[in-house]
Order: sequence, then structure tokens, then C-alpha cells
Amino acid sequence: MDLYEYQAKELFVKHSVPTTPGSVCTTADEAENIAAAIGTPVVVKAQVKTGGRGKAGGVKLAADPVEAKARATDILGLDIKGHTVHRVLVAQASDIAEEYYVSFLLDRANRCFLAMASVEGGVEIEEVAANNPDALAMIRVDALEGCTEAKAREIVAAAKFDPKIADQVVNVLMKLWTVLVKEDATLVEVNPLVLTPEGEILALDGKVTIDDNAAYRLEDYEGMVDREGTDPIELRAKEFDLNYVKLDGDVGIIGNGAGLVMSTLDVVAYAGEEFGGVKPANFLDIGGGASAEVMANGLDIVLNDPQVQAVLVNVFGGITSCDAVANGILQGLAMLAEKGVSIDKPIVCRIDGNNAEEGRRILIEANHPLIEIVDTMDDAARRVAELASARKAGK
Amino acid sequence: MAIWLDGNSKILVQGMTGSEGTKHTRRMIASGAQVVAGVTPGKAGQDVDGIPIFNSVQDAMAATGANVSVVFVPPKFAKAAVIEAIDARIPLAVVITEGIPVHDTAEFFQYAQNSGATRIIGPNCPGIISPGLSNAGIIPADITKPGRIGLVSKSGTLTYQMMYELRDFGFSTCVGIGGDPIIGTTHIDCLAAFEADPDTDAIVMIGEIGGDAEERAAAFIKDNVTKPVVGYVAGFTAPEGKTMGHAGAIVSGSAGTAAAKQEALEAVGVKVGKTPSEAARLMREIMQSR
Repeated sequence: MDLYEYQAKELFVKHSVPTTPGSVCTTADEAENIAAAIGTPVVVKAQVKTGGRGKAGGVKLAADPVEAKARATDILGLDIKGHTVHRVLVAQASDIAEEYYVSFLLDRANRCFLAMASVEGGVEIEEVAANNPDALAMIRVDALEGCTEAKAREIVAAAKFDPKIADQVVNVLMKLWTVLVKEDATLVEVNPLVLTPEGEILALDGKVTIDDNAAYRLEDYEGMVDREGTDPIELRAKEFDLNYVKLDGDVGIIGNGAGLVMSTLDVVAYAGEEFGGVKPANFLDIGGGASAEVMANGLDIVLNDPQVQAVLVNVFGGITSCDAVANGILQGLAMLAEKGVSIDKPIVCRIDGNNAEEGRRILIEANHPLIEIVDTMDDAARRVAELASARKAGK
Repeated sequence: MAIWLDGNSKILVQGMTGSEGTKHTRRMIASGAQVVAGVTPGKAGQDVDGIPIFNSVQDAMAATGANVSVVFVPPKFAKAAVIEAIDARIPLAVVITEGIPVHDTAEFFQYAQNSGATRIIGPNCPGIISPGLSNAGIIPADITKPGRIGLVSKSGTLTYQMMYELRDFGFSTCVGIGGDPIIGTTHIDCLAAFEADPDTDAIVMIGEIGGDAEERAAAFIKDNVTKPVVGYVAGFTAPEGKTMGHAGAIVSGSAGTAAAKQEALEAVGVKVGKTPSEAARLMREIMQSR
């Protein structure tokens, strides 16, 4: 989960990373009050999970509380690259002598962590990496040893920080490492880390990504989840504990196993090219078990997506046998009917693997008016694309 | 032959007394694997279907000669369980558990590297099977038969799908390496082992979005693999920034896309199927022309 800047800075404060005082708010009036409380000048910053907000007019200076209110009014509701601004961070403005870059991140390729640091901060770090790679120090951090003081000094030396500020930067690095470890983060980035004219080092902006697998041991994981920024169908799927991602398309997808579902999306998209460009409407992995209840919840979520015109259930019975899957589909539809959910969307089923013939027999015998059985994944994708396209055209 | 797992493999199951552990222990035994011990702290002296339970991996290895551990321990306790297996110097630890925090995986992977004694497969994987010889994990054994194709895959169900599509040829070994951001055994490790295995003639490699493991595998194939390789990559239609089921399956900016992986593989002569069925067909042609 990517955090907002204000959430990242809250974690910085929690772990004593030096930063500027500030608070987040959702109204212009609150922005005025915050500015009055923390002291002006302030900077009013749009909270969106995308880059380039400065250029989009999402970051403004304000000399006094009244101006802070005006700037917050400008920024709240702004659309930045498709993200609507619901919150602004009002933070004390700081004079800047120099701008740097520091981060720790998970290094998947080398299966360890990586520290990156540069004295050329304040710009996109990808640009520094591309145009002036020597200015970006990259140092491996062992997962067991962590960022010791010696390691932090190695990073500072490699990035050629001025020796006068070395101790301060070492301190910041070690504290950022604490954020990474204690908060189970896979990325902790500060850009820019600034040197003020008074010689202070401050984290002016922050980016943190939290490992969702660690939710169970994080103090305030639920509090950090962004409800406004999440699709309502995704939120509902989460309540059912389903692995669901909303996409922009017409074919609802239900499958078992992340890889198979990803593959199903692709195959449906290819087939959709033949049928007026219909696309998959979602990713939904119901996992290995696929009980009737899970199947019912999955069908509930997918069939209730107004964009969906037809559904493909693509299951490979590995551990689960296909007769159980077939019964799950039928029971699932029955459970929905009982709940009073009216269903009029065609459902194409492809079930293969363990006890597939019995599974298909069960579905054929049930003779459900909406269910159609297709033997192979490629043919099933073509058929569901055809049905979705026809239903869409008929509307 | 086969890689890493054969008829001599003696399996112990960490977390055997849990519901998943018990269920899959029975499945492993039914498929002909030698499961010799279970480990659950505090439950020494008990048994599951006659298989003795020990308090520690070390005790289990000493008493039974176990040389493979399959780990079903829940995420919270998985790091400690794997570290215990490494301390006991077990040669192979197959970590099935899904949902382990990546910091924990990074730590036990580094611990295994430092010890030099243990290969880790997974976590968040279906395990490894050498059909007809042994089965360590949750891969259904009845999908396919022994044969001469090697299979390596990040995805469980796509592994099963591919085993099924090519069931008439059969497989030497199938390895599900797992979909997490950090995994103990990579595509490259499997490619190297299959290249060296005299009982493997050709290799199917299944990848998915996220990271650059497939690109690195392509570079490895170019210089090190002489056997034919067929590839498949899932996730062409995955949007940027969304995790698609597997913790590691995420396109970040322009990195980790399926298109880039396919391109890298094709550039080194790997035939890449557009769908799993097409990949199976490409492998079928290779096997038939031999």
C-alpha cells in the first residue's frame, strides 16, 4: 500500500526523522486554523498518490492564514492526473540552501535492501539516474545487518555529502531505516531532503510503501487504508475477503490462482479484439478452495458491477475437484437468488483438471438458463467476449 | 534423475498438525512421497496417520534422516520455522505459506545464504514435484506422469494447467517458485538445474508481471542454456500500480510489464506463447520433433 505524503510524514515524526511541522485537513477553514497554529509562512500541498503535483498547481506557498485558506480552496477538488484532491497538508515553509535525495527500498533482484542517495535532490530521481548516474550512490543493505552507523557512513561517503553535514545525514539515514523496518515498508523515500540556511537537515517530502502482508503486526494499518481513493466495488470485495481488482471493461472474470486469473484477463482481452474491443472488467482470484460461499460472494461482486455484460468463470481444479466447483457455482447462484439478487447476465464456465468431466456433467444437468459450458480456456474467452459484446450492443 | 527432489527424498512437514499440514501430508503420501516426520513444537510423541511428530527440525532429522522440509506454518511464525530448518542444516526447505511479510523473507533468505546449507523454494508457492518419484508441497500429483520436460513457474494454477496440457509427454520435475517479491529459488536456479539434468530435454518457463526475474532469466538462457525453452508470461492487461493477487505481481511505472518480459525472452530465442495453450502447443512441437 502506497501512503500519502502526510501519512509518510506522520511515520517520520513517530520515528524522530527531522521534518517540518504540519497537519492534514479536508477543508479550507481547517487549513487556515492549522496555518495560524503552526506559524507562517506555510506551504499548502495537495495529497495525491501521483507525481507532478507541483506542475499541476497542487503545491502553493501562503504568507498568512488567510492566504492559506485561499490556496487550500484552490487546491481542494483539483484533478491531478485523474486523482481528485480530497486533502491538503499544511506545513511550515522552510528556506532551502540545498536539496538532496535519500531512500531505502526492497531490492527484488538481489533479494536484499538497497540504499540510494544523491546530493542532487529535488528533481525526479529517475532523471538523475538516467542523465548523471555517477551522482546517484546505490549501496546494498543486508537484511540481517540493517543500516548500521558504519553502513550509513558508507552511503554518505558514496553520495559525496559535504563532511560538514555528514553526521546529520547519517542520523537521518539510520532513522529512516528504523521507519523501513518498524513499519514493514518496502520503500522509504525522501525527496527532497533539505539543508536550511541555518544548517538544519529536514525531510520536506516523503514517500512510503507498506507491505500489506505485514498488516497483522502494524499498529495502525487499517487507519492508513485509503477508503475515498479505493473503488467502491473493491471495498465491498475486501469485506468478503476476496482478492479483487476493478478494471475498466465489460467481461467479469472469476478464476482460481493469481497466475491463471492474470492469464484469463489476457486471453479475454485478445478475444475481445475480435468482438468490438470488449475487455475484462476485473481481476478476481477466489483461491484454491473455491467453496460455494466464496463462489457466491465472487459472483455477487462481479454480477453487481454495472459495467459487466457477461461473466467468465475459469477454474482449473488442482486441489479442489471440479465437481465441487460446479456445485459451488450452482449453489452460489441459488444463494444469490435467495437474497433476491436478480441475475440476467450470461455466465460462461470453463472448468478443467481434477474430475472435470463430473463437474461439466453437473452443470449440464442443472440446465441453468444463464450458464454455458465451454471446454477450453481460449474458446471460453472467445465465447464470453462474443456474449458481452452482443449484450452491450443490445442495450 | 530430476532436480532437487527424487525417490530418495525424505520429507518432514513443519506444521503437520495444522489442518493444511495434515491434509497435504496425506496427499503427498498418496502420491508416493516418503513423508517421514512432522514438526510441531510441544507435540513430540504424537503422530499423524502413524507419522511421528517431533518438537524440532533437528530432532526430526536425527531420528528419521529427513532431508527436505515442507513448511505450512502460518505467516506469523514462518520466519522462525524456516530459520530453525536452516539451523538444522536441512538441504531443501519448501515454504508453502502465503502472506509472509517480505522483511521476514528477506531475513530468512539472507540467513540461508549465510549458512550455505539450505536451498529455499518459495514462499507463497505450490512446491516441487518430480512425478513418479516424490512430491513436496501441494501440487496435485495425478495431473501428469513422469516425462522429460522441466517446468518452472511463479504461479500455482498455471503450473497445473501446463502440466495438464502436456500430460501425454510428462515432466521430469515441476517447480512452483512462488509469486512473492523475494523468493528463495529463481527461474535462473531452475534453468541451470534443468540444463544440467540428463533426464530433462526441454524446459517450460512461466512468468508473470512484476520485477525483472524473467529478463534476467533471458540473459542467463542466452549464455547458459542449450536445451529448448518455451515461455509464457501472464499479465499483459494488468494496469500499472495494482497488485494482481500475488504480492510480487505489480507493474511499477514502466518496470515489470509482461511485454518487456516477452520481448527479452524472444530476443534470446525462447518461443513465447500468447496463451498457456499456445505455449503448450509450442512445447508439443519441440517434443514431437525430437
